[in-house]
Amino acid sequence: MALLRKNVQLLFSKFTHNAAPLNVGSRLLHSSETQRQVAEAAEIERPQGKTKCTLIPGDGIGPELLYCVQEVFKAADVPVEFETFFFSEVHAGMSAPLEQVAGSIHRNGVCLKGTLATPDYSHTGELQSLNMKLRQMLDVFANVVHVKSWPGIKLRHEGIDAVIIREQTEGEYSALEHETVPGVVECLKIVTAAKSERIAKFAFDYATKFNRKKVTAVHKANIMKLGDGLFLRSCQDIAKMYPKIQFEAMIVDNCTMQMVSHPQQFDVLVMPNLYGSILDNLASGLVGGAGCVAGASYSAESVVFEPGARHTYSEAVGKNVANPTAMLLCGAKMLQHVNLQYYSDLIRNALAKVYIDGKVKTKDLGGQSTTKDLVYAIINNLGSKP
Amino acid sequence: MACRLFKALRSTASTGSRNFSSDLRKVTLIPGDGIGPEISAAVQKIFSAANVPIEWEVVDVTPVRGPDGKFGIPQGAIDSVNKNKIGLKGPLMTPIGKGHRSLNLALRKEFNLYANVRPCRSLEGYKTLYDNVDVVTIRENTEGEYSGIEHEIVDGVVQSIKLITEDASRRVADFAFKFAKEQGRKKVTAVHKANIMRMSDGLFLRCCRDAAKNFPEVKFEEKYLDTVCLSMVQDPNKFDVLVMPNLYGDILSDMCAGLVGGLGLTPSGNIGISGALFESVHGTAPDIAGKDLANPTALLLSAVMMLRHMELNTHADKIEKACLEVIKEGTYRTGDLGGNAKCSEFTDAICQKL
Repeated sequence: MALLRKNVQLLFSKFTHNAAPLNVGSRLLHSSETQRQVAEAAEIERPQGKTKCTLIPGDGIGPELLYCVQEVFKAADVPVEFETFFFSEVHAGMSAPLEQVAGSIHRNGVCLKGTLATPDYSHTGELQSLNMKLRQMLDVFANVVHVKSWPGIKLRHEGIDAVIIREQTEGEYSALEHETVPGVVECLKIVTAAKSERIAKFAFDYATKFNRKKVTAVHKANIMKLGDGLFLRSCQDIAKMYPKIQFEAMIVDNCTMQMVSHPQQFDVLVMPNLYGSILDNLASGLVGGAGCVAGASYSAESVVFEPGARHTYSEAVGKNVANPTAMLLCGAKMLQHVNLQYYSDLIRNALAKVYIDGKVKTKDLGGQSTTKDLVYAIINNLGSKP
Repeated sequence: MACRLFKALRSTASTGSRNFSSDLRKVTLIPGDGIGPEISAAVQKIFSAANVPIEWEVVDVTPVRGPDGKFGIPQGAIDSVNKNKIGLKGPLMTPIGKGHRSLNLALRKEFNLYANVRPCRSLEGYKTLYDNVDVVTIRENTEGEYSGIEHEIVDGVVQSIKLITEDASRRVADFAFKFAKEQGRKKVTAVHKANIMRMSDGLFLRCCRDAAKNFPEVKFEEKYLDTVCLSMVQDPNKFDVLVMPNLYGDILSDMCAGLVGGLGLTPSGNIGISGALFESVHGTAPDIAGKDLANPTALLLSAVMMLRHMELNTHADKIEKACLEVIKEGTYRTGDLGGNAKCSEFTDAICQKL
C-alpha cells in the first residue's frame, strides 16, 4: 500500500515537472511581444538558484540601512538570500558567537555589514574590539574605499575619483598595549614586511585591473623611520614590478592637506591602518559624507561590504533621517562581486537617476527627505537610466 | 596667547626680574634656511616700522660638532633662547642622511616645548573653498607616536612604540583649557581613538576629562579622530579648540591649514616649560629662495602670536590688522596667493598701513 502511494506521488511529480516548461512554451508562442521579452530575459541570464550572503546589521543606524537594502533588493527581485546575524559588542549578551559569524562569511564568501560600535572600554578588560577580531579571523586585510563625486550632489569639491586602500590587520590597530608603570602607557604599532608587501601588491593589482595610472603610498617614514620606513620600502619594491603604473610617496600630513585642497590629483592611495581611517573619512567628507561612500574589505577568500566611513550615527536611530546611499552602494558592489551585474546596474542606475533628478535628498545633503522617501524614490526608478 | 600662564611660568623661571612692556625686550631670532632670511628680514622691518619694543638677537643654528663628536645645535643658540625665554624661527632644512636628526625635533627637545598651538583662520579676501574657518589645534609635542622608540624584532617585523604618559597628557590638557579660557573660546574638543587604543588614548582622554572639570566655563566634548576628520571637511564651524596627541595633531593641524590656503598662511607657536618658540611651519622653498618672491605671512602672524604671548597686545593687534588688510585689499599679494607682488612690496605695503 505504502509502496503504491509512493509510486503515484512519483508519477505526479514527474508529470508536473514535464508540464511546466511545456506550459510556458505554449504560452510564449502566442505573441511576438512576449518573445522579445524572453529574448531580453535570456540576455540577462537570470540565475537558477539564490546567492547566499551573510548580513550583519550592526549598531546604530546599521539595521535601518540594511532594511532599506533589503527593501530595494526585494523590489528589484534580486536573487540573493540573506543569512542574518545579530553581532554587536555593545550588546554582547545578544550577539551571535564570533566563530559562527566568521564561519558563515567564510562559507558564503560575501557579507554585507553595518558598522559595529566599539566602546572605549571593555567589561572583560580586552583590548581587541569585536571588529578587529572579526577582521583578524577572516584576515580581510585590504579595505578599499572608492571615493567619487556624485553627479547631482553639489559640494565644494568636484571631480574627485580616488581609491583609498588601507591595510587593516596590523599597524596601530594591533591592540598591544600595557601600562609599564602607573601613568606610563606603551602602545605598539606593528609593521611587517609580509603584510606591507601584500597590501602594496593588492594596490598595484587593483590599479592594473581597473586601469588606473598612479599609486600613492602614504606614510610618515620621516618620523617613524623603521616602522613606516618598512612599509614605504615594501611599496617601492612592489612598484618596481609594475613599471606601467606611476608610483609616488607622500607624507601623511601633507596628504591630508592636499586632500582637502586639491583632491583631484589622487588616483589610488595605499597606506597603513590608522592613516587609512583618517583619509577614508576625510575623503568621504569631501564627496557628501559618511552616508554616501561605500567600502569593501577583501581577504583572499571573502569580501565584507561595509560603508567607507564607518560611523554608527547612533543619534539618528529611529528618526528616519539617515542616508542609505552608502549601504545601497555596498549592496550594488556586492551584487557585482557575485556576478549579478544586471541587478547591480539596476540599483546603481536608479540611485544615479534619483540624485540627478535632485528631488529627493536626505538631510545630510541639504534636502528634507526621509530615509524612506529616498528608498521609495529608488524603487520607483528601478529600471530607468540616468 | 595664554598670557597668564606664561606670566606665571616666566616669573618662576626668571629669577624675579619681570620684564615690563615698556622696556626693550630681547627676542632670539633664528632666520632659518632657504627663504627664511628674507621673510625674517620682512618681519624685522615691519616690527621696526610699528615701533615694537623688541631687540632681536639673531643666532645661527647650523649644526656644529659638539664635544661628544655628534652634530647638534650650537651652544650659543641654546644659551640665547634660554636667556631670552622667547624665540622666533624661520623654516629649517633637515639635510637627509647627514648624521644629525631633525633640528626642529632637537629644538623641541632642548627647550621642552610640550604644546604646539596652531590657529587656523580664514583670511578675509583670500577665497578658498572653506570660509569662516576658525579653529585652534593644540598638539602634544613630546611623546606619542613620535617618541622615536622603534626596533626590528626579527627580520621584517618592526614595532614602533607610542608612548603616552599621564604627566604629559595632563600638562597639554590643562594648557588647552587655560588657552581656551584666556582667549575667550567656547569649547575644547579632545580628539582621540580610545575605541581602538583603549589604554593609551584612554589615558589621554581621562586626563582631558579631569582637566575639563577644573574649567566648567569651557565646554568640553570628546570625539573620535575619524569623526573629526569627517566633520571638519564638511563643516569646520563645528570646532573651536582641539587638543590631541602628537600624530593626530600633526595631521589635523596640516589639514586645517589646507582648508584656509596652506602652510604659508598659518602661524604656529610652541609652548614650553622654559620658554616659547614661535615659527612658521612651511618648508624652506629652496626654488624661490633669494628671489624676493616668498610670502612672509606665516612668520609674521607667528610673530604676532609671540607679541600676544609677551603681552604686547596693542602692537600685536596693529600689525595683524595691517597684514590682514593688505591681503584683503589684494593689490600686493605674493605669488602663492595668486598675486605678483614681491616679498618686499608686500612688506612695504604693510609698513604703510601701520
